[in-house]
Amino acid sequence: MKEPGLEQPGIAVEVAVPVRRTPLDEISRVKMLACQAALGAVIALAWQAVSGRLVDDYFISNPLAIGRRLVAWIGDGTIFVHLWATLYATIVGFVIGSLAGVVLGVWLGVSRFAARLTNPYLLALNALPKVALAPLFVLWFGIGIESKIALAAVLVTFLVFLNTFAGVREVDRDLIDCARLMKASRAQVLSKIVIPSAASWVFAGLKTAVPYALIGVVLGEMIAANRGLGYLVQFSGAQFDTAGVFAVLAVIAVVAMLLNWLVEIWQERMERWRIVSR
Amino acid sequence: MIELKNVSKRFRKGDEVVEAVGGIELGIRRREIVAVIGPSGCGKSTLLNMIAGLYPPSGGRVIYNGKVIDDVNTSVAYMTQKDNLLPWRTVRDNVALPLEIAGLRRAEREERADRVLEHVGLTGFEKRYSSELSGGMRKRACLARMLLQGAESLLLDEPFAALDAQLKLVMHGLLLRLASEASQTVVLVTHDLMEAVTLADRVVVCTHRPAMIALEQAIDLPRPRDVINVRFTNRFRELYDMIWDCLRLEYHEELI
Repeated sequence: MKEPGLEQPGIAVEVAVPVRRTPLDEISRVKMLACQAALGAVIALAWQAVSGRLVDDYFISNPLAIGRRLVAWIGDGTIFVHLWATLYATIVGFVIGSLAGVVLGVWLGVSRFAARLTNPYLLALNALPKVALAPLFVLWFGIGIESKIALAAVLVTFLVFLNTFAGVREVDRDLIDCARLMKASRAQVLSKIVIPSAASWVFAGLKTAVPYALIGVVLGEMIAANRGLGYLVQFSGAQFDTAGVFAVLAVIAVVAMLLNWLVEIWQERMERWRIVSR
Repeated sequence: MIELKNVSKRFRKGDEVVEAVGGIELGIRRREIVAVIGPSGCGKSTLLNMIAGLYPPSGGRVIYNGKVIDDVNTSVAYMTQKDNLLPWRTVRDNVALPLEIAGLRRAEREERADRVLEHVGLTGFEKRYSSELSGGMRKRACLARMLLQGAESLLLDEPFAALDAQLKLVMHGLLLRLASEASQTVVLVTHDLMEAVTLADRVVVCTHRPAMIALEQAIDLPRPRDVINVRFTNRFRELYDMIWDCLRLEYHEELI
């Protein structure tokens, strides 16, 4: 576009026009939801069309078969037994792991001596792929739900610990001095300054830990179990039941998203000050 | 009650040694208001930190009530230059923190917090977070918290620097009234000579880094003082000029 006023005969004046954002960037929430649904539908349709024609049905199954399988499992209640076993182990493992992680993180964050003493061992344990502990937990706790809880808890503990530890180390010294001048005891400094101050770090740890709790449980169930989503996916695979595998995967994905959403809501309620200051 | 015996402080910054305070000898009596004035960055804050026991002097001793300070001095309330409000607490909960630490019940501490907040003109902001306040409002919240702490002595590090001129006068009046009601000893660090002469019983002029005492001047203006009208008296002018003559040299030195 040229500004008419700037135009002189014989000289072409280029006036820079600010780049306009494309209307797609500012699409409304509802329209975006519709687009997302459409994208899902397109993928499902393509999948359905390709399956059995271009790619063998045996490998990729098809959305209709998966849907039918899900409906059947919901109808006879099988899925709920497995879903509940997994959910229960995930939640209990997550809670135990979080508590252990926070306690360990605060303790080592406050005590320099303990932190230095345990440092090499913690580094070694942290470097270890925790899922490799699964057989050990089966030996210790049997093939019941306890071994899954233990695996989830161990995975969660480390993630939460590392974040809590960093958070406690980051606490503003001035705030601690300020509380000490107000005659705060050690316990009060901890409960009123250190822990609230580290809270956003702890939440970051909890958020990353949620999917790991689920990973721990599903993996544990795949190794040795008689129920749970991990067991079901393993069982379906062993039966060459591709539709069954996909159906369980869909359920696991929904569970993972649901758990993430719960932690986010919880964090928002706990950290209103941070939202206000945005 | 507060005695500084040949107190000095050196900081190590890498290979460089910074001399912040060099040999200060000062006695502060109970219920006295002492203003410490000097060019910014001259080590005045360091002096307060040592009285608060946040770090030990490199040389000499800080004595409080006859005892050498070797740990955090819990007899003082300290309002630092940086507003140390807890960002996750509302203004009311921040101000009530000293009462909470003392173990008072919620109802009582909220009532007392709201009363002090009214004094500093923060009524209506009780439920805000510090990030929602302006710099001056945060300072007033800190002042309210310090007053609520009910300590024996108050240490204030440029408490009114962020306030506008009118509000400053209101806060001066408030500080004088409440400190005298509670029989508190006050050490006030400032770079505002007007403020120093208005509030203090004694003004101490510090030299540029390392801080040493260049002048101690008793302010014999009558109490209780009217913070506005006292400025128009002849004695105020005389004292102001006398201290300024000394202070000017410190600034002069800094500028060369």
